[in-house]
Amino acid sequence: MATATQSVPGRARTLLRNVRGGDEIAYLITFLFAASVVLVTAILVFELWVKSGPAIHKFGFSFLWHSTWDPVNDEFGALPFVFGTIITSVVGLLLSVPLGVGAAIFLSELAPPKMSNALTFLVELLAAVPSVIFGLLAIFALVPLMRHYVEPALISSFGWSPFFKGPAYGVGVLTASMVLAIMMFPYIISISREALIQVPREQREAALALGATRWEATWDAVVPFAKLGIVGSIFLSLARALGETMAVTMVIGNDPKINASILAPGYTIASVIANEFTEATGDIHLAALVELGLVLFLITIILNGLGQLLLMLTAKPGTAR
Amino acid sequence: MKTIMGAIPQPGITGSASEQTVASFTPPMPSDKAGPKLRAANIDFFYGKFQALHNVSIEFPQNQITALIGPSGCGKSTFLRTLNRINDTIRGSRVTGEVVMDGINILQVDVTELRRRVGMVFQRPNPFPKSIFDNIAYGVRINGLARRSEIGEVVERSLRRAALWEEVKDKLHKSAYALSGGQQQRLCIARALAVDPEVLLLDEPCSALDPIATSKIEELLLSIKDQCTLIIVTHNMQQAARVADLTGFFLMGRMVEFNKTDIIFKTPARKETEDYITGRFG
Amino acid sequence: MRRLWRKAVNNVMLTLTGLCALVTVSALFLILGYLLWNGGKSLDWDFFTKLPLSPGELGGGMANAIIGSAKIVALAALLGVPIGFMSGVYIGEFSGKNMANVIRYTADLLNGVPSIVIGIFAWTLLVVPMRHFSAWAGGFALSLMVIPVTLRATEQFLGQVPLELREGALALGASKWKSVVTVVIPAARTGILTGIILGVARVSGETAPLLFTALNNQFWSKGFGEPTASLPVMIYTHAISPYEDWHRQAWAAGLVLLGLVLVANIAARMVLAKGAATQRG
Repeated sequence: MATATQSVPGRARTLLRNVRGGDEIAYLITFLFAASVVLVTAILVFELWVKSGPAIHKFGFSFLWHSTWDPVNDEFGALPFVFGTIITSVVGLLLSVPLGVGAAIFLSELAPPKMSNALTFLVELLAAVPSVIFGLLAIFALVPLMRHYVEPALISSFGWSPFFKGPAYGVGVLTASMVLAIMMFPYIISISREALIQVPREQREAALALGATRWEATWDAVVPFAKLGIVGSIFLSLARALGETMAVTMVIGNDPKINASILAPGYTIASVIANEFTEATGDIHLAALVELGLVLFLITIILNGLGQLLLMLTAKPGTAR
Repeated sequence: MKTIMGAIPQPGITGSASEQTVASFTPPMPSDKAGPKLRAANIDFFYGKFQALHNVSIEFPQNQITALIGPSGCGKSTFLRTLNRINDTIRGSRVTGEVVMDGINILQVDVTELRRRVGMVFQRPNPFPKSIFDNIAYGVRINGLARRSEIGEVVERSLRRAALWEEVKDKLHKSAYALSGGQQQRLCIARALAVDPEVLLLDEPCSALDPIATSKIEELLLSIKDQCTLIIVTHNMQQAARVADLTGFFLMGRMVEFNKTDIIFKTPARKETEDYITGRFG
Repeated sequence: MRRLWRKAVNNVMLTLTGLCALVTVSALFLILGYLLWNGGKSLDWDFFTKLPLSPGELGGGMANAIIGSAKIVALAALLGVPIGFMSGVYIGEFSGKNMANVIRYTADLLNGVPSIVIGIFAWTLLVVPMRHFSAWAGGFALSLMVIPVTLRATEQFLGQVPLELREGALALGASKWKSVVTVVIPAARTGILTGIILGVARVSGETAPLLFTALNNQFWSKGFGEPTASLPVMIYTHAISPYEDWHRQAWAAGLVLLGLVLVANIAARMVLAKGAATQRG
C-alpha cells in the first residue's frame, strides 16, 4: 500500500507497479475523480484568463479604474461595476450585520433551546430560497415600498446630504443592498451562532460568578471569545453577496454610473455580465465581460480565503483574543 | 506543609439526617459572629428527573476552610455550585431546601448580588480574552465597586492577595493567556477576590495544575482565609488534609460525615468514610 | 440605582436581540406568504401542462420549463454527484494529508466561484465549440456547483463514522476498500444522501449559470442539444417583462420552484435528524 510520505508521481508509479489488489484499484479510481476536480478548476481559471486576453491586452490594469463603458466605441472601464458591487455589498453588510449578530446572540445565549433550534431551522431555510425568488419579491413587493414610502421619507429627512439625493426611483443601490442584506442573514446567523455555541461554558460562568447579569456575561465574556468566528462569518457572507447575480440585477437599475447617492441606480459586475453577455457586440466587449468575471472571481477568492482562515483560527482552543 | 488544627474546638456540626448518626459533636465556640457564615439545610437537587443531592445539610463556619471530598459523581461539585446558584443556568435543574447567609435564604434573593458576595473559582482556569488588568477589573467595573481612579489600586491589591503581583506587575496590559496555567488560576482567584466576596467557593482549583503551582495556591488559600470563608471541593485528600479546617465526605449525593479534618482522616466515624480515605474505592 | 439599571439593560437587550431574530425569521414568512398569495392565485392545471404563449395571449403554462429544469438538474446530478462522492471518498479514506488539503482547498475554491462566472466557464467550454446553447452546457455548469457540496458532505459524514466500526471490519479480514464499501459508506449514507439532496435542491434554483448555457426556450426542447427552458430562467424573464400576464406566470412558477426547494430541504433535514437520533440511540 502506498505511503503518504512519497510524492504523488512516486506513489502513482508504485501503484501502477502493484496494481493487483482491490485497494490499489480503489485508490486509483477515487484519485482520478479527485484529480478531475482539480483539473476542471484549473481549466476554469485558465479559460477565464485566456478569454479575457483581448481586453487585458488592450487596456491593461487601467481597466480597473476607468469608468467609461461604451460598447459602441469599444471603450471599457470596470470602475462603475466594481464600485456598484462593493457599495451594494457594504451597505448590505451594514444592514445585516447588526441584525444578524444580534439574532445569533439571541439564538445561542438567550433563547431557550427549543425556541433556538426552531428559529435556527427557519433561518437556515431562508438560505435555501433561490436568488431569483428574492428578485421576484424585490421587484413586486420591495420596489413599490421603496418608491412610495421609504425613499421619499429618506429624501425628506436626509436629502440635504449627498448620500440620499433623489429622485425616488424605487430601484437602485439601496434596494439592491436591502435584498442582499436579507440574503446574507442566514449565513451570518448560522456561522456566528456556531462560533458562539463553541465558547466554553466556563467563560460565561466566570462572568456570572462575578455577579454579571445574563446580558453582561454574554456581551463581555462570550461574544469577545467568539470574535474571530463572527468576523469570519462576515467575510464569508460578503463573499457571497459580491457574487450575487439575479436578485441584484432585478432591482439595481442597470446604470453604469458612479453616484454618491445610494438612492441612485447602479450596476454590479455580476449584473452587467448577466445582462450583456449574450448580446455582446464584438470580441473586445466579450473579453471585457470575461475580464470582469475574472476580477470578481479574484475578489471572492480572497474574501473566502480570509473568512475560512478566521474560522479555522477560532477552532483552535485558547486563541480567542 | 502546614498542619491544620491543634486544639481549636469547632462550633456544632451536624451530619445529614435520618439514617446517619452524628459523627461527633463539640460545643460551640465563642466567636465574634454568632453561628456559621453559611448554612445549608435539607438541600435536594435535581437534574431533570435525576436526583443528584439528597437532603444535604452543612454549616460552614466563618473564616474557616471547609473541604468537600468524595469519589467522582458523588455530588460535591453540584452542591458547591448551588451555593452561588451557578447551577441555575443548567436547564431542567431544580433545588429545594434553603441556604442561609446572614439570616436570609439565598436561594430566593437576587442572584447577581448573591454572586458578588459568594465568589467562585473554577476547575480549569478561565480568564477572559482580555488583558490581566481588565480581567481583574471586570467584576469591579460591572458592580460599580470603585471609581475609575481607584480601579488600579483594587487590581494591585487583589493581585497581591493572590500572590501574583510581583510576577505580573510589569505586564498588566498583556493578554491573560500569556500566563502559565498556575498563574492563570491565581489570576482567576485574584479576579474573584477583587469584588471582596465574603465566601469563596473553589471547585477543584488545582486539578489542572502541577504540584508546584498547586502548593502556591494552597499557601494562598491559607493566607486569605482570615478575610474570607473558603469552601473547596477537592479530589485530593492530601490537599484536604493540608489545607482544610473541616471536611465533609460526600457519597452518592449524600453528605455522609462532616467533622474536623483531623478526625475525618484519623478516626473517621463511618465505614464508608474510612474505605474512601484508605483508598478502597473512589 | 446601578442594580436596577443593569437589570433594565439586561431586559432591553434580551428583547432587542429577540426582535432581531424575529425580523430575520419573518423574512422567510413574508416570502412564503407573498408567494402563496400571488402564486396561488395564478397556479392552475394549465401551468403544469401547457406551453407559454406569446405576450398578450392570456393563459398557457410552463410545462416546458418544468421538464427542462428536470432534465438539466438530472444531468447536473448525474455528472456532479459521482465526481463529488468519489472525490470525497478519496479524501476521507485513501489519500494522504497533503493531497486531501489540496483537493479540499480546490473544492472550496470551486464552491466560492460566483455562479455567473461558472456560467461564463461553461459557455467557453461547451457553448462556443458546439456553436449553440444546450442543456448539456447548462447541466455541466450546474454540476460544477454540485461537486463541492457533495464532496464536503461525503468527507464530513465519512469522517463521523467511528473508528470502532472500521476496525471491526478490518479485524474480520476485510481489505481496506471492502471495509469502506461495505461498512463505512453505508454507515455514513444518511448524511451523505442529505448533503446530496440539499446540493441538488440548491442548484435547481440557480439562474445565473443557465443564462448563457441553456438559455431559454418558449417551446419544447428535443434531447439535450437545444436551448432549454428552466423554471428559474423563466421566472426571471417573465418577472422583468412588462406584461401583466407574464408576471402572473412568474408568481406561479416562483411558488412551484420555492415549494420544491423547501420541501427537499425540510425532508433532507428531517431525514438527517432522524438518522442522527438513531445513531445516538
